[in-house]
Amino acid sequence: MQALWFASIELLLMAIQKEAVKFRHKHLLGIQSLSIPEVNFILDESMQFVDFNKREQKKLNILTGKTQINLFFESSTRTLSSFELAGKRLGADVMNMNVSNSAIKKGETLIDTAMTLNAMHPDVLIIRHQDSGAANLLAQKVNCSVINAGDGWREHPTQALLDALTIRIKKGRIDGLRISICGDIMHSRVARSNIYLLNMLGAEVRVIAPPTLMPKNIESLGVKAFTDMNKGLEGSDIVMMLRLQTERMQGSYVPSTREYYEFYGLDYKKITKAHPNALIMHPGPMNRGVEIDTTLADDINRSIIKEQVEMGVAVRMACLKIICGNKK
Amino acid sequence: MKLLINTRIIDPQNNIDEVGGILIDENGKIKAVGKKVTKENAPKDCKIIDCKGNISIPGIVDMRVFVGEPGFEYKENFRTLSEAALSGGVTSVVTMPNTMPVIDNGSILDFTKRRAKDKSQIKIYPLATLTKNLEGNEMSEFGLLGIIGAIGFTDGIKCVQNNRVMDKIFNYSKNLNSLIIQFPQDNELSADGAINEGDISTRLGLKGIPDIAEKIIIERDLSLLELYKNRYHISTISSKTSLPVIETYKKKGLEFTTGVSINNLSLNENDIGDFRTFLKLSPPLRTENDRLALIDAIKNGLIDVIVSDHKPEDEESKRLPFQQAATGASGIETLLSLTLELYHNQSCELKTLIKTLTCNPAKILNINAGNLSIGADADIAVVNLDKPWVIEKEKIKSKSKNTAIEKRKMQGKVEKTFINGNLVFEA
Repeated sequence: MQALWFASIELLLMAIQKEAVKFRHKHLLGIQSLSIPEVNFILDESMQFVDFNKREQKKLNILTGKTQINLFFESSTRTLSSFELAGKRLGADVMNMNVSNSAIKKGETLIDTAMTLNAMHPDVLIIRHQDSGAANLLAQKVNCSVINAGDGWREHPTQALLDALTIRIKKGRIDGLRISICGDIMHSRVARSNIYLLNMLGAEVRVIAPPTLMPKNIESLGVKAFTDMNKGLEGSDIVMMLRLQTERMQGSYVPSTREYYEFYGLDYKKITKAHPNALIMHPGPMNRGVEIDTTLADDINRSIIKEQVEMGVAVRMACLKIICGNKK
Repeated sequence: MKLLINTRIIDPQNNIDEVGGILIDENGKIKAVGKKVTKENAPKDCKIIDCKGNISIPGIVDMRVFVGEPGFEYKENFRTLSEAALSGGVTSVVTMPNTMPVIDNGSILDFTKRRAKDKSQIKIYPLATLTKNLEGNEMSEFGLLGIIGAIGFTDGIKCVQNNRVMDKIFNYSKNLNSLIIQFPQDNELSADGAINEGDISTRLGLKGIPDIAEKIIIERDLSLLELYKNRYHISTISSKTSLPVIETYKKKGLEFTTGVSINNLSLNENDIGDFRTFLKLSPPLRTENDRLALIDAIKNGLIDVIVSDHKPEDEESKRLPFQQAATGASGIETLLSLTLELYHNQSCELKTLIKTLTCNPAKILNINAGNLSIGADADIAVVNLDKPWVIEKEKIKSKSKNTAIEKRKMQGKVEKTFINGNLVFEA
């Protein structure tokens, strides 16, 4: 009798402890501030939504009565729609702020916009902004939770999480994999968030870029840097391609798109340097014929780009559930 | 007449470091100074001021200060600047021409000088621009502005980029003996840069300012200087990379001087932490290695002047995403205390540090300040070398509270400040 009593107390304590270590943040601003158990917790939660999203009936009431505002200062198609769908499937009321028509154009500052929205008592704000650190600034000023959907060149945590989930599902693990991120590393928040996350989960992360698109002292983030794509790809299990922005193509950072494609475009020849079972990823949107061969991008044996989009909704559902559920 | 007694007098220009007194005559000039000046041999009618063992140094000459007048009075006006300066022992201030309108013509310069005289107790020496409207294309009226009383010329936060224009400036102003002050930073290399290019910029995802952007302008200007031999001063340097260039040209015998902001001697890029916009500065904070190299450069004389780089900014300009936030920190009232930190942590000798704050800048500017010579204006700061205090935003006298060192524990504080023999500040 006494033993049973102790056991139940122990179980209760364990449950409390488990709840405590699961996720201790009010906001999701970047991968840098997360711990390994927290990342795994998000990924585990996401798994259940992957299956759920394949069902015919895709509506839950976990976030019924909660308000989610998507505040996008930069244009976005997939991230915005992914967050919108995620919120709606969980039952939240979702509002998209069209910032291009809003007060920002009339000279209102980010903080004032945030304070205005804050006064409407939302439960979570999803922000994308062109300046690094904007999500952090916003989080300091509002009462609700903030999820960073990309700030400047700094972080895009949900993208990295969905990439990790995709790899985990496709490869069964992340620990010990060699993952090469290739392209415009300097201006990429996706690259930075992925470097932090994949490093944390035990992968060997490599970055491949022309010297002009490689950030200074990138090795300090714990990666190996390559300017020769063929060397960088050697033995890679995952090849993650990044988009080259149009304004950086002609002469400013690289001489031309055709020269870039010659040396840094992923094609059937270069992919032979990687592991025979290497998979190809891309956060989108792709420049076919600039950073990736168009047939290779659609090769169902190689490319898992569509799966990434699918995982995106699941990961964002998990993040919304965890963040909104965490509020006191 | 006044007599300061019971004080350790440090006057680097006259090589004085002794306990004694300072006698000030009825015109506010120094009449006698040193260990032989005592209460006993003083004239009977003079007022005795006991300095209680604190040190007396010449009033500080700050060579790089931004004031909001005219145009940005909400950031700082001459009155608030004066109060802030006096509480930091600063008695002479060189102001930047980056006002609105900019100081690039005689009438604005004349207005500024009069306004400064009316509103402030400190001595204000305005600089005029190197180029019209700070645009970097056409040179200013060096001759006319000189007659009206521009103490020198600079584009302040901007740097003249065009080589032809810079060549013409050196060539034309040579005969006028104008002092040219350059803020060394290449626009293209530093475009949109927010902080030092390195580990931190990579981690925070901010565009960096490479140190080469500074070096390349110093190299260009010193090449031109070799040709024309003007009076030339580099306003602020921030990186180790620039030092060998300065050393090479000094060894060749070329005469010029160099300044450094106290911020670059007291902070490094790590202090920016999680996007602290109050530490967004220009020149940017660089690495710890750079900071240590700059301190060494003060010790071996490659750097001549320490400045506050006082740049008051209202909160609205700082409460923005890092990329958009204004650069600069308020710092005139903490200049001396922060400099003394380098003495207390044994980085540098006291005399060398005081030299960089007093007689060195005065010599560059060609003004009779920063010394306690007989007959000089009695501009004196009485400093308690060891007094501990903490910087609190609320207690800042400047109109803008954008200090880069809030809550920093300091050692050493100004007790009294005299200008022309008048006690104008007392702690």
